[in-house]
Amino acid sequence: MASLIPCPHCGPRPKEEFTVRGAALPRPAPNAPVAEWQAHVYLRENPRGDYAEHWHHSGGCRRWLVVNRNTATHAVHSVTDAAGERP
Amino acid sequence: MTSHRLPTGGRLDRSRRVEFSFDGKQLAGHPGDTLASALLANGQRLMARSFKYHRPRGVVTAGSAEPNALMTIGREGRTEPNTRATMVELYQGLEAHSQNRWPSLDHDIGALNGLLSRFLGAGFYYKTFMWPASFWEKVYEPIIRRAAGLGRATTLQDPDRYEKTWAHCDLLVIGAGAAGLAAALTAARAGASVVLADEGMELGGGLLSDPAAWPQLTEILAELATLNVRLLPRTTVFGWYDGNVFGAVERVQKHLAAPSPDAPVERLWRIAARQAVLATGAEERPQVFAGNDIPGIMTASATASYLHRQAVAPGQRTTILTQGPAGFALAAQMEALGLEVAALVSLGDGPSWQGKAPLIRGIPGKAIGGKSLKALQIEGGARIEADAIAMSGGFSPVIHLACHRGTRPVWSDARQAFLAPVEQEGLLIAGAAAGLSGHAACLGDGAARATAALARIGLRATPAFGPAPEDTIAQPPLGALGKTKGKKFVDYQNDVHARDLILAAAEGYADAELAKRYTTSGMATDQGKLGNINAAAILAKARGTTIAEVGLTTFRPFYTPVSFGALAGTSRGHDFQPVRRSPLHGWAESLGAEFVETGLWYRSAWFPRAGETGWRQSVDREVLTVRRAAGLCDVSTLGKIEIFGADAAEFLNRIYSNGFAKLPVGRARYGLMLREDGFIYDDGTTSRLGEDHFYMTTTTALAAGVMTHLEFCAQALWPDLDVRLASATDQWAQMAVAGPMARQILQRIVDTDLSNEAFPFMAAREVPLKCGITGRLFRISFSGELAYELAVPAGYGEAVAAAIMTAGAPEGICAYGSEALAVLRIEKGHVTHAEINGTVVPADLGMGKMVSTVKPDFIGKHLLDREGLTDPARPQLVGVVPLDPAMPLRTGSHVLAKGAEATLENDQGYLTSSAHSPHLGHSIALALVAGGSQRHGEEVVVWDGLNDAAIPARLTSPVFIDPKNEKLHA
Amino acid sequence: MRYSALSVLLNGLTGKAPAPAWRSPAPKAEYDVVIVGGGGHGLATAYYLAKEFGITNVAVLEKGYVGSGNIGRNTTIIRSNYLLPGNNPFYELSMKLWEGLEQDFNFNAMVSQRGVVNLIHSDAQRDAYRRRGNAMRLHGVDAEILDREAVRKILPFLDFDNARFPIKGAIRQRRGGTVRHDAVAWGYARGASARGVDIIPHCEVTAIRQHNGSVTEVETSRGTIRCKRLALATAGHSGITAAMVGITLPIETHALQAYVSEGLKPFIDTVVTFGAGHFYLSQSDKGGLVFGGDIEGYNSYAQRGNLANIEHVAEAGVAMIPALSRVRVLRAWAGVMDMSMDGSPIIDKTHLPNLYLNAGWCYGGFKATPASGLCFAHLIAKDAPHEVARAFRLDRFARGYLIDEKGQGAQPNLH
Repeated sequence: MASLIPCPHCGPRPKEEFTVRGAALPRPAPNAPVAEWQAHVYLRENPRGDYAEHWHHSGGCRRWLVVNRNTATHAVHSVTDAAGERP
Repeated sequence: MTSHRLPTGGRLDRSRRVEFSFDGKQLAGHPGDTLASALLANGQRLMARSFKYHRPRGVVTAGSAEPNALMTIGREGRTEPNTRATMVELYQGLEAHSQNRWPSLDHDIGALNGLLSRFLGAGFYYKTFMWPASFWEKVYEPIIRRAAGLGRATTLQDPDRYEKTWAHCDLLVIGAGAAGLAAALTAARAGASVVLADEGMELGGGLLSDPAAWPQLTEILAELATLNVRLLPRTTVFGWYDGNVFGAVERVQKHLAAPSPDAPVERLWRIAARQAVLATGAEERPQVFAGNDIPGIMTASATASYLHRQAVAPGQRTTILTQGPAGFALAAQMEALGLEVAALVSLGDGPSWQGKAPLIRGIPGKAIGGKSLKALQIEGGARIEADAIAMSGGFSPVIHLACHRGTRPVWSDARQAFLAPVEQEGLLIAGAAAGLSGHAACLGDGAARATAALARIGLRATPAFGPAPEDTIAQPPLGALGKTKGKKFVDYQNDVHARDLILAAAEGYADAELAKRYTTSGMATDQGKLGNINAAAILAKARGTTIAEVGLTTFRPFYTPVSFGALAGTSRGHDFQPVRRSPLHGWAESLGAEFVETGLWYRSAWFPRAGETGWRQSVDREVLTVRRAAGLCDVSTLGKIEIFGADAAEFLNRIYSNGFAKLPVGRARYGLMLREDGFIYDDGTTSRLGEDHFYMTTTTALAAGVMTHLEFCAQALWPDLDVRLASATDQWAQMAVAGPMARQILQRIVDTDLSNEAFPFMAAREVPLKCGITGRLFRISFSGELAYELAVPAGYGEAVAAAIMTAGAPEGICAYGSEALAVLRIEKGHVTHAEINGTVVPADLGMGKMVSTVKPDFIGKHLLDREGLTDPARPQLVGVVPLDPAMPLRTGSHVLAKGAEATLENDQGYLTSSAHSPHLGHSIALALVAGGSQRHGEEVVVWDGLNDAAIPARLTSPVFIDPKNEKLHA
Repeated sequence: MRYSALSVLLNGLTGKAPAPAWRSPAPKAEYDVVIVGGGGHGLATAYYLAKEFGITNVAVLEKGYVGSGNIGRNTTIIRSNYLLPGNNPFYELSMKLWEGLEQDFNFNAMVSQRGVVNLIHSDAQRDAYRRRGNAMRLHGVDAEILDREAVRKILPFLDFDNARFPIKGAIRQRRGGTVRHDAVAWGYARGASARGVDIIPHCEVTAIRQHNGSVTEVETSRGTIRCKRLALATAGHSGITAAMVGITLPIETHALQAYVSEGLKPFIDTVVTFGAGHFYLSQSDKGGLVFGGDIEGYNSYAQRGNLANIEHVAEAGVAMIPALSRVRVLRAWAGVMDMSMDGSPIIDKTHLPNLYLNAGWCYGGFKATPASGLCFAHLIAKDAPHEVARAFRLDRFARGYLIDEKGQGAQPNLH
């Protein structure tokens, strides 16, 4: 994993300021079938390659971020705020 | 006399004498000596014993790859085993001791192992020591363990300091030899910020072994000193990590006789470099021949280093063994210094030779000698009397760091070496590390690589040195093994010799990684820096394949070993983790509280009074006082979160399993927060202080976790909701005032009507205090008593607490701690994380009704109906009382049905919390028991096998006091 | 050839090279059972298939060298100190198999029952360990709670006096300990090979072919191999192999680093874990202190970790044992783990009738090796789960029968 993560709000910061949660998956609709919820909570594509994850800048601006990175090379491709356009 | 100091020369300060000791013998050297050079200068060539056969060993290198000359230096808490004498700068009073020998280095009983060596081949221990089975731990293993290991670590505390720091730079240059110096100079002249690190005590690398290069070296260093370059001698860059961060350790005070307590002895650097140039040079390979480990045999470059840097000659008559031109150059230098070269033995064609020493084409057969070299037998040829051998088996570029992030080295036939790709993202390799040879070529290459590195980050540089042709070196192939019998060492320290590798290959462990693991070749403290390449050549031959096919084992950090001390820095002892103190800490302290670590917090646990002899006595008194009169407890460690926004109510409605949308302003509600998988995450009360303002409390343990969770929900899941969050844990001092007298006491402090009508159970409001400040008052109860929690700005906490204590003195109010709080809540059947342990759902705790059936969505709703979460046999919360009131119940005991055998199959659940209830006069407990809600009244056995206890008990309701909640509403 | 003191003696006297420990056959066109993954679990499965169930027409396909997976990248600790009934009997079976393993497969794997000591720093921790210890005792597993003074007797150089988190006691399993990890792979490989199993290294499976709802063959870097039954034992890469048959698993892949110090004379003769931080330590028979901490925390297939992790580990190490300060760390390495959604493994059938799955070992796979092999072999041979592994079902997540020792829920990096 990159030793520095470019936070869209704070700039490049040491990885130790961040906390990772896991795959950045859209939450199913409230009325989605239970199988979809089971898959959402438990099943993971877990690719060897590019992956989008939720990271929290817990020791910084405390924004949740979507980090696109590679699980084999640890290269970080992009980091955006998890709220999308809204900062 | 063998090895000795020359009368002139070297980079020594001969005007000063540095005294040191080796195995108790008092010796002396000069500033500029390493421990190894000083020992050689004193004629001490026997420095160590090997791992397995306890063979006598001398120094074989002059650098960090040294496998043999490991010693224990220092004393008491500063004792450092396995220290490479080649890397220790001599200081006044240095104490060094040899290792792995008994009774002495000269006479070591362990050397008898050598006689049994034919039975102790690689992996012999996997095939024996199996009978009888019970003998392994008792007999064989202790013997093996005592024999293994090298030095002995201290068990004392280290008196010295360590620290860690970061550095950021445009260019990190690793290695300050010709290529590194040129790279640093080129980059610094271009205005880049540069860090230049080198593991040696002096910058210069290979130039230091070449007096002709010294004037140029002096010139370069002088210019660097004027530029934006951080020079880090004595600094080993040990690892290359993601994001182009390099780990390095600086030996700040390791070379000083008396380290200053005001500075660290070692400093850990994390160097974030935009670009890096790896200029780590090349390691000379030993030759593999019988007896190649006898003291007096070292590499040619080590010989040159000792000659030129410390003016130490390795012996009286030196034989030079060479594959390639390195030995020729050394022979010429030695003869120029007037030293006797007994013979120059060259495997291949080398350059022409006009020196005095006879040039012999051939390969070494066997070195002869015991603790000191006597002669060399050429394979199928002459015996050469010599007390020193300088050998060169070609060079291996030092590419470790370049391979730390997954890059595999590639074999080059032209270079006869494994090379790493010269251009990688963030890293370029220059000079001998890239396979080049010759100072001029390395200077030119270093300058060129630095220019290229800066171009990558948009900086323009002019190479400080122009390109130069390489020294013409036709690299000869790696040496063939001679036929002469005898141990031909490959991994010196671990005593792995050629035959071990050949046998391992025959046994099927021919893969480089398997051979390493089976023979331990490359697993010693030098990590195969010298031997791995020779091992690969031997395995290739044994397998009938190429060295390229065999490959090398994986390079991993650390390049050289790093102390725990440097890695730990200042986080040690009581400073291991920060301390959090409640705003009421001083108040509690003034009342004599005993504190307990709770996460990072120190919480007041109980408040002993004069005459009380044990914690239980104090806790019982506090509990009874609360039940009878009133008490004040610091609950400031609870997490507190301010929640604002037009959608704050909707937000909480989705966060909690129970409804929050309709919570009226001025009211508090107890809430259950689930995880998305349906299990309870946390609980707490949240109060509505305004239409769009809520104040949440969380448990102490999950204060940070809940905040993070709420932020996730607000930002990632529902960014469309208008909600803002702020952690306020540190802003408020919060105290519980509980007990039947609580209202009348608080009324003396609070300037508002606290009557039941005006401020009923679950009321929550900002209230003026009579002292003039505003607090937040909540009529909530963890103890089951008439109770309030009062929050005031943290800075006022101690004053308000003291005022309440004064106000309550007539009623006999007492301070109570977390222990009494626990007893009170167990008596009332309230849960904490002892029950909410991540595996319970609301129904397990009798809180099924707190799961809304009308809300369309909340976190945890959608997987709550799974069969495993609704199984009637799930553990459910019950109370437990012993049949015999004198018997104590212990948390962590398990519950068995009465009369059932104590087996895992019969396990019915376990006690989550227990306490002595002074109110009831006996032990009580909460438990999670299979189907427990339907089993109140059942007799069971509380089984605590760890304490040989099986206590008859009864399952009850988990509420032991005031089941109708009359006290709460009083 | 059977290994014995005599065989070692004879080989030494005659100077003869011993026979290869296992055969190196070319892959056959077809096997009754093909096992993907020549790590500890795959090799153990092959061994027990042959030894216990008489199924010998078996191939073990390994993409690297024999034992190149996590069997050679762990900290060699064995223990059976599990809490939950879904786990406890399984790990105890594993412990019993360890206890007889070397006699069973005639290879000295240096099973060393030197004890595992978990330090206690708070009342809550003591309560949790008492629950665990009693669960162990109920199943006949040894466990004992030690008070502070008892801990001081066995580990006098811990920081009892100046610690941020004082040591209040410990729980100990005396039968726990360490095993020479590589030797486990070699012992199983040798034992399986001697019974007819083909062990085929450097043979990477690139595709799994199905016909009529069953697995028929695997494509490999060494050609196509037909199989009647296919067994996946590729922990760390389970997601990748399962994807070949369209299965998405409740697993994430994470990197875990481990470390070894320079060799030292005997320093510590038990396994000890720090209860106030992520750190555990033991000493190998070769003298190196072997230690580790927590996983890196992010999904990774790279067999390497970062600097911050060793810093955290060293901080905890020096906090627990101040004298470690002067000891030097020699090497760091990393393995990639199948971190499952409840922290417990999967040994189960799949939606394909002849495809079997062994996955999700988190960082606990090494100690499980013998029982995992035996139970997986049982499942493959009998098409029914072994009694002690019946909770390790793939559908437990959907059904809600989780085996969550830590209560962390569906977040693998917290297990």
